[in-house]
Parts: sequence; C-alpha cells; structure tokens
Amino acid sequence: MLRYIAMRGLLAVLVAFTVSLATFFLLNVATDPAQAIAGEDAPPEVVESIRTRYGLDRPLPVRYADWLGGVVTGDFGESYYWHKPVAALVADRADKTITLALSALAVTILIAIPLGALAALNPNSWIDRFALGVAVSAQAVPNFWLGLIVIILFAVTIPIFPVSGDDSWRHYVLPAFVLGASSVPAVMRLTRTGLIEVMSADYIRTARAKGFRGWQLLRRHALRNALLPVISVLAVQLGQKFGGSVITESIFAINGLGRLALESILGADIPTVQMLIFVFAIVFVAMNLLADILNAALDPRIRIG
Amino acid sequence: MSDTEITFAIVEADSEPEALTPGQVFRRRMASHTGFLIGAGLIAVIALVAIFAPLLAPHDPFQQSLSTRMLPPVWSEGGTWDHLLGTDQNGRDYLSRLIYGTRVSITIGLGAATIGLLIGVTLGVLAGYFGGWIDHMVSFLLTAQLALPGLLLAMALVFIIGPSIWVVIGIIGVLHWTYYLVVTRSATQRIRSLDFVAAATASGAGPRQIIWHEVLPNLASQIIVIFTFELGIAILAEASLSFLGVGIQPPTPSWGLMIAEGKQAMFYRPWLVVLPGICLFLLVIGANLMGDGLRDVTTPEGRNG
Amino acid sequence: MMSLLEIRGLSVALPLPSGALHAVRDVDLTLDRGQSIGIVGESGSGKSMTALALMRLLPRGARSTASRLEFDGIDLGALEDSAFAREIAGPRIGMIFQEPMTSLNPVYTIGRQMTEAAVSRGLLSTSVARKKALHLLDRVGIPDPQMRLGQFPHQMSGGQRQRVMIAMTLMLDPELLIADEPTTALDVTVQAQILDLLDDLRRERDMALILISHDLAVVAERTDTVAVMYGGEMIEWGIADDVLHAPAHPYTQALLHAIPQVGATPSRLAAIPGTVPSLMRAPKGCVFAPRCEHRREDCVASRPPLRAGMRDHAWRCMLKAPPQTSREMEPLHGHGAAEDADIVLAARDITQVFTTRKALFAPKRDITALKGVSLELHRGETLALIGESGSGKSTLARILLGLAQPTSGKVTMLGRPIVELSPIERASFVQPVFQDPYSSLNPRRRLSEIIARPLWLRGDRNAATRDAAVAEAMDLVRLPKRLLHAFPSQLSGGQRQRVAIARALVTRPRALVCDEPTSALDVSVQAQILNLIDDLRAGMGLTCLIITHDMAVVHQVADRVAVMLEGRIVEEGPARRVLTAPESDYTRRLVAAAPRFEANFLQPEVAQ
Repeated sequence: MLRYIAMRGLLAVLVAFTVSLATFFLLNVATDPAQAIAGEDAPPEVVESIRTRYGLDRPLPVRYADWLGGVVTGDFGESYYWHKPVAALVADRADKTITLALSALAVTILIAIPLGALAALNPNSWIDRFALGVAVSAQAVPNFWLGLIVIILFAVTIPIFPVSGDDSWRHYVLPAFVLGASSVPAVMRLTRTGLIEVMSADYIRTARAKGFRGWQLLRRHALRNALLPVISVLAVQLGQKFGGSVITESIFAINGLGRLALESILGADIPTVQMLIFVFAIVFVAMNLLADILNAALDPRIRIG
Repeated sequence: MSDTEITFAIVEADSEPEALTPGQVFRRRMASHTGFLIGAGLIAVIALVAIFAPLLAPHDPFQQSLSTRMLPPVWSEGGTWDHLLGTDQNGRDYLSRLIYGTRVSITIGLGAATIGLLIGVTLGVLAGYFGGWIDHMVSFLLTAQLALPGLLLAMALVFIIGPSIWVVIGIIGVLHWTYYLVVTRSATQRIRSLDFVAAATASGAGPRQIIWHEVLPNLASQIIVIFTFELGIAILAEASLSFLGVGIQPPTPSWGLMIAEGKQAMFYRPWLVVLPGICLFLLVIGANLMGDGLRDVTTPEGRNG
Repeated sequence: MMSLLEIRGLSVALPLPSGALHAVRDVDLTLDRGQSIGIVGESGSGKSMTALALMRLLPRGARSTASRLEFDGIDLGALEDSAFAREIAGPRIGMIFQEPMTSLNPVYTIGRQMTEAAVSRGLLSTSVARKKALHLLDRVGIPDPQMRLGQFPHQMSGGQRQRVMIAMTLMLDPELLIADEPTTALDVTVQAQILDLLDDLRRERDMALILISHDLAVVAERTDTVAVMYGGEMIEWGIADDVLHAPAHPYTQALLHAIPQVGATPSRLAAIPGTVPSLMRAPKGCVFAPRCEHRREDCVASRPPLRAGMRDHAWRCMLKAPPQTSREMEPLHGHGAAEDADIVLAARDITQVFTTRKALFAPKRDITALKGVSLELHRGETLALIGESGSGKSTLARILLGLAQPTSGKVTMLGRPIVELSPIERASFVQPVFQDPYSSLNPRRRLSEIIARPLWLRGDRNAATRDAAVAEAMDLVRLPKRLLHAFPSQLSGGQRQRVAIARALVTRPRALVCDEPTSALDVSVQAQILNLIDDLRAGMGLTCLIITHDMAVVHQVADRVAVMLEGRIVEEGPARRVLTAPESDYTRRLVAAAPRFEANFLQPEVAQ
C-alpha cells in the first residue's frame, strides 16, 4: 500500500516536471518575450535593453533551470504586466477559483450521480431516456453560451441571483451551475455504465441467490464496486474545473485565477501564464493521486496485490 | 456465465450460415436507430448548407450597412423579410453570416479531429501492440497531456503564434488525441491477445502486416465513433477560443465570435447571442447523436452508456 | 410422500430485438427430499435457464411461466418477490455457479460474504455466524480457515473459491442446493474433489441436489436421477442407470455414441449431424427431428407424446418403441507413425522463465514455466500433451510454434534449429489450431480471405492458385462451398473450428499443434471434429500434437501421450499403456479423476 502510494507520488512529480518543461519551451520558443513586454511598436534598442534586464538573452535551458530553481523556493518570477511577483498574484486570487471549482463539483455530483444511478437501475425506462437526453444535450451546449443564456434569463426574466461579481455565496450559484453542468455528461454516463456492469456481475447474482434484493443488494454489494471508477473520473473533472474556470470567471466577472489567466494571455504576460498552467497541472495531478489513494483504500486487489 | 452470456450462447448456437453478414446487420440496425437517424440527418443538412453556402445565403456576409444595424428577426416587431434573422452591429445580414459560419465550424471540426486521430491512433496502436517500454512512454505522455489545462494552453499558443484558421485547427488537433489513444490502446491490447493474431504470427506475418490486416480493421468502427465525438468537441473548442478573442478573428463569420460580438447587446438584442448558440448546439448534438448511434450499432450489447 | 420440489409446465422466454427466444419450454421436474438429479444438455438446451427461473435470477425482461411451481408445499408462483428473497432464496434453496473466479465480490472479505446472509436475516449473531463459517470452511476442506476469513477472493485459487461458495450456501442450511456447472472452470483433479464433496454433503445433510452439467459423465456417477434437455425441452428423464445405459430417446442415444469412452477400444464416434436448433420459433413437431436419424413424417408435424418406461423412465418421442441401437463399431481410419519415422519436430531441454512485475517499479519476480522439457514428434503420429492449468503445456506449444523464444534449450524442425528459420519457413513446418473458435478467426474478414491469408503471406500472388488451394482446404475439412464468402459471425462453433483447421492446412505444413481443439465445443460437435482429425490422419498422414486436459480425447486420437506437471514431463509413452497402467503417481491420479461411465447399451423396457 505505502509502496503503491510512493510510486504514484513519484509518477505525479515526474508528470509535473514534464508539464512545466513542455510549457516553458512552448511559450518561450514561439514568442519573443522581450518584444511582448516592450510592445509591438517599441524601437529595437528598448527591446534589447529589456532583454538584458530580464535576463532573456541567456540560452533557454539556463532560463528554464533558473525558473525551476525559483519554483522550488516558491518564486515564480515577476509579472511583466502587473509588475508584481506572480506567486502573490496567484495567491491573492486562488480562493475564489477554489470556491468556484468545489461548488461546481458539488453541482456535478448532485445531478450526475443520482441520475446515472437511477438510469442504470431502470434501463430503457423513461428515466433512462431522460438521463441520456440530459447527457447528450449538456454535451452539445457550448459552456460559454450556457453562461450567457443563464445571465439573460436571471437578469431579465427572473432576477433571483446576481449575474456577476464574487462578493457573496449567491454570486457563485449561477457560475457553479454552468461550470458544473459541463461535467454532468461524463460523470453521469460513467455512473450509469459502471453500475450496469456491476449489477450484471456474477457476484451480484451470488448475492441475489443468497436472498439480497433492492436497496440491501445495492448497499451491500454494488455500491463500493460501482463507486471505484466514479472516484477517478470525479478527480479528473475537478482538475479540469480549474482550467474551465477561464470561461466561467470571465463571463460572470469573478476575479479568480481563470480571469487572471485570460488577462495575462491577452497581456502577453508569460511568467503568469506559465505559473497558472503549472499550478492547474499540479492540481490535476494531485487530485488524481488522491483518487488513486482512495481507490487503493477501497479496493483490496490494489491494496493487497 | 453471466446472464447476457447465456443469451448469447443460445443466439450463437442459433447462427445458421444463412445469417446476415456484419455489414447487413450494421445497416439494418442503423436504419432502425432513431438517435442515429436524427444525428445523421442534422449533420447531412448542415454539411449541405456549408457546401452550398454561396447559393443559399441571401446577402454577402461581409457587406456592412450602417443604416440597417441590429434589425430584429422577421417575427419580431421591426423585422423585415429582407433580413430574415435580422442584422448585427455592423448591419451585416445575420442569416448569411450564420450560413457561412457552418464552413468555419465544419472545417475546423474535421481538420482538428483528423489531426487528433492520426496522433492518438498511432500512439494507441503502437503502445497496445508492442507494450513494454513503448507503452510506459505513451502512458506517461497521456498522463502529462491530461494534466495540461487544454483550453488555457490553446489560448496561450494561439495568441502567441497568431490566430488564423490553420493555427486554430492545428492547436486544437494537437491537444485532442487522448480519447483516441485510450480507446485504441486497450482495444489493441485485447485484439493482440486473441488467437487470430497468434495464428497470423504462426503463418509468418510480421508486426506491420498484423497491425494493418488484423488489428486496424477491428478498430475501425471504434475510431469512427470517437471521430464523430471529437468533431463536436473540436467545434466547441473553436467556438470557445473565438468567443474569448483568441480564435477566429473578425470579420470571418465564426459562431463563437458572433456570440462574443453580440454579448455587448445581449440584454436588449438577445437573438444575437441565442441564434449562433442554437446553430452550435444543433451541429454538435448532431455529431454526438451520430456517435452514440454508431456505438450502439457497432457494439453487440446494444446501448452502452 | 410429498415431493420437495415440483415443477409443471415451466417455460422461459427471453426478449431479443428480433423476437422472443423460447429458452425453456414446458419443463416438468420432481425432486424428493435428499434426492439428487442431474440435468444434462449441450449449450442452449435451457438447463441453466431452468435453474435460474426457479431461483428468480433470470435476466431482466425474461418471462417465466409455470402451471405449477411448488417447494415443500409452498406455492412459489403465488409468492411475492420480497417474500421469496427472504424465505426461500438462501435459507431453503442455495445455488452455486460456474465461475468461482467472479462469483465472489472482490472488495469484501470471505468472512463478511459468508456471514452476511445469516446475520442480516437475524438468524445468527455475528460471533455465532463466524464460528459456523469457520466450521464450514474446515468441512469443505479449506486449510487454516481462521486466516481465510480475513482474506479476499483474489488471494485464493479457483478450486478454493468454489469450496468457499459451497460453504457460503451451507451457512443457511438449505434443503435444496442447485449447482450450475460447478466444476466446468476447474481442473480435472479439483473437479473430482468438488463433486465428491457435494455428494458427501448431500448425504450428510439429507439435502436435495440439482447438478447441472454439459458433461454426461460428471452427472452419471453421482446423481440418483438424470434429465436430458435439448432445445429448451426436457426430452428424457429417469433413474440415472436407466437413462445412461438404456437410453430411449434418439437424441440421448446419439449423444452417448458421440462421447469418446476411455475404457473401450477407440472407434469412430457417431457425430450428430447439424447444429442445435433455433429457439426463435417453437417447432410444430419434435425439437430433435431435424437431426434425428429415425425421423418420420409425423415427427415434424405434431408434438411427440410422452412415453413411459419402467421405474419412472420417460421420454418424448413419436416412435412407439425406442429405436434399436445396433451401431456397429467402425474402427478408426487413422494409423500411427511408421516404425523409425523421422522426427518432424523436436524440443531439447526447453526452459522458460518469465520475469514479471506487477507495476512499473515493483520488484521483479521470476516464474519458471518450463524446466528442461524434451519432446519429439514423429512423422504421422499424434502425440497428446496432457496436464492441468499452469502445467506449462500451452507455453510449450507457443515455443514449438515459434511464437515465443525459450530462455534456454532449442527447438528443431526436421533437424534444423528453429532460430535459423525465417518466419515463413517456420510457418511451412508447423501450424496452430486454437481452443476458442470465437477468437481464432478475424471477425472482419471473409472465410476466403482468412484461409488464403497464409498463402498470401508466403508470397503466393496468383489469385487463381490461391482460390484453388482454398477450395481444396475447405473440401478437406468438409466445409460447404457456399460458405466461401461468409463472415465468421455467420458460422457455428464447429464450423469455425473447421475453418481454423483449413487455414492451418492450406500451406500443407509438416505438423499441426492443436491447443485444446475441442474443449470449447459441445459433445456432438466435438465428435465431428475428432472424426475429422481421424480422417486427416488417414488421408494425409497428418502429424499432430494435441494439447488437452480431457482423457477421453486422448484415448480417442492419441498414439502417444506426454503428461506434464509443474513445467516437467512426468510420464511419456504409448497412449494405451499410459491410460491403463500409468506409472507416475500424478498420471494415476489424473486418470482416476477423469469422469467416465460405461456405455454398454441395453434395450430400454417399455411399459405397456
């Protein structure tokens, strides 16, 4: 068990390192950061002076090593755009995005898991068709458009919730719904297929032969088995919520990491973009590690090899 | 034997030589699958609109007219028959722009889904067939790719490289291969362990002959299914990028961009936002219904999540 | 005396997209307390469905109807599902299944799964239930039961899991135990132990037993009565001795002739022509009529009446008296290797070590699958390689086929080391036939392509000569020409196995290596394939290595036998000698465990 977790942890660190390497080179090769800071019309001398001042004249591997050394001590460099340490910028805004992502995940769980379970227990019934309809539609609705429609509805037709801002929990209801809706199809389908698969497993037939039916059968024999893959997909979805916050936060004017990401991209603020991609990747990797550990704790086949 | 297998055992014993060929079975099931027929119908109609856009569009989609700005659709007060769906901020005919928008969406969908297919299927088949260190490498690559916040990276890269339709296709394609990989990898592993592959090896076939002659034909239906889903995903990705201003640039008619342009006026001119969203929804739901249908039709167990 | 179980007119229909499938039709069954009955039938005969219908475990959507369904005087038909689950399923009727590997829940301990049914019903306290579980595990022969209670299913072998399943059903002391193919997935020696255990437990507890099997021999030795099912109907039943030694229904007679007998002189098997019937529409006449050699005109026109023999022996047939079974024994066509025939395929001192690791960075573990195995295959002979799962016989086959490289030792083909041969040369020496006809053919290719593929790989680019060779190969294995452009999914299991043999023979290799070529097939179809192998031995002097676990198959086709145990060959010699006078301990156990029965036919007596 410990060995398993240690291996997973090592893999997570390797992934994080690879991601940072890929991001750094992609962002720095494709563009000239000095030119970006100076602006497009800046005279060459200015660009050159900026290049020397920010150390951008050094070779790429050296700059990466430098950046990585900074990361280890929590120093992600200085923002070209806001002229503040990137780490401070991110720390300032992180809480809003975490709130948004977690409440979106709650929305996903509340809609997708009961719907998927009901559909699985009544295959080809009206509820199954309804669940499939929800999944197919939710998959086809552009997320940003759903956001705008929700705003139009709740600003004009029934003004219950505030349409933008981030001051109270009421501000998070609509964005959490919009962001959460995007994960409903994947989680719903997985819950449904997982549970159908489990319910047709031989060991469920054994339990039925022992006289277990209905809720007892579900609780005693199906739930834990069906839950295992759902835990993994929820981890993936939560990881993706952070990346997905870009759209939701910009539509609902939430001053979180997603909005910061959009602003720094449009401002060619490479250090900030770099750190955000890195942080989102770390979150994703950490969530998956957590899911692996949970799975191992719940599944003796992993725990006791 | 599980319950379904019992059914199969009986049906198998039942299969007389007069039974239908796989192709006949496929066509019959396709013709009786409502979801597939609706999806295929939607896609066919939209594809025809894209091909014959110049014949169908009542106006030049780029023709601005300051005197007829933001006309409402014909059914609202103040609408005219000349502009069935009204006009936008610059007085351009909205119907014509929506019609030309099909071209952008379909081009990007097809292009990006094809690039993803080439990358994902190649890696998946190689990893699944050869296993060992190749498989470990590919799995690592997969984990790293999944950890990257895709939308954020796409935004940053498009912004840095400079937005054009080809850049958007390339970047979306390069970032959307994981689904192909996961499915083809496990399917290849399964097929590789089947006896007909061993029989081919015993007949002197090499890896290349086995992959082309034995493995790929058995992957084809699954790859087509994923392609239809990825088509929808790529179309939505382009719309998101364009909406955020880092995708297709004005004045090209892209639905995502049209929603962004209509956003300023959405409270009193909601159709500017609603109409392109509906177009996106119809195109993507068409692709998804077709994908769902193809999956049902090609898997013997019937509906499958 | 009132019967424990009485079923009258049980029918089961399964809804399929193309219509209702009549899996079981009009089945009657009576069972007394403490009595055992064997239900025998080939795949699709409805034998499992009958049991599942009784236990209300049918697949979703399936409908079962019965004119009478009584257990110990209780009308089961009138019982609510919840009452049935609480009072009948478990405490009064227990059931065990074919797949011990998947029939236990992988995420819960053995102890929890054994005790939960009794504890949740409030029948036993947790501590009493644990004591009982310990006692029962000990009774079914699980060593160290205390430790086992805390373990998970994946930590046990298949045989142990089946013992746990049995102990688990006994926790509630049922009066009837249904065992649905309980040993089909297990090795021969384990199979014998489990069947003996079931028999002992039944006597000990005066428990009734329904033993369902596709294997007549398994049932023959251990049950009081036997019922034979075919095409969803029960076509003959009676006391085991009567049914097996004086079969009255033409199907039962034909089935018994199709089974190779270990004791007798090997002779041609009487294969039943055709395949199992479609159950999509109920036949107007007798369900066996299309394949029956005694068919008369009225057989297809109306339902056959019930005929009664002595001592509750009954069958459904148009014929007033059972047909005479005057089958003369036709000797086998094939003959063994000539004296001093040259060695086609030889393995010298083969050792195979697999290095595995469970995860990317987990420590390596070595598993020695083969330990210095040597084997020779002479031209024209059939050598049977027998052994239980894990003995290394399939690993050896893969090495002989050149599909795997041994860690040490060498394989030679006609004296040439296999490593010096190109894949194409190697292919022209030896070809495989596999066990599972459903995975050995590429489902996306037509038969013509599948059979011609080895020729194409060899470099035959002339389509006309390829077509001619394919036609010849199909002839050889008795496949009709009209199937030339069919896909595998359109064929039955037996036909697929013929295609696999045709593909193996199309390049005229020197030897075939057949890995369990008939164990996935029904008895009547197995007979067709074994006869085909005999024909090929006679017709083309086929040299063949057959890997099998089935003594009867060995007896039927082999000239020589090699017995494998834990990666070694423990005995080798002429088939007749090894089967009748085994020298090694292991072979003796293996031969003793093989299910068998003497089929010396008597004429059934008919009650007037």
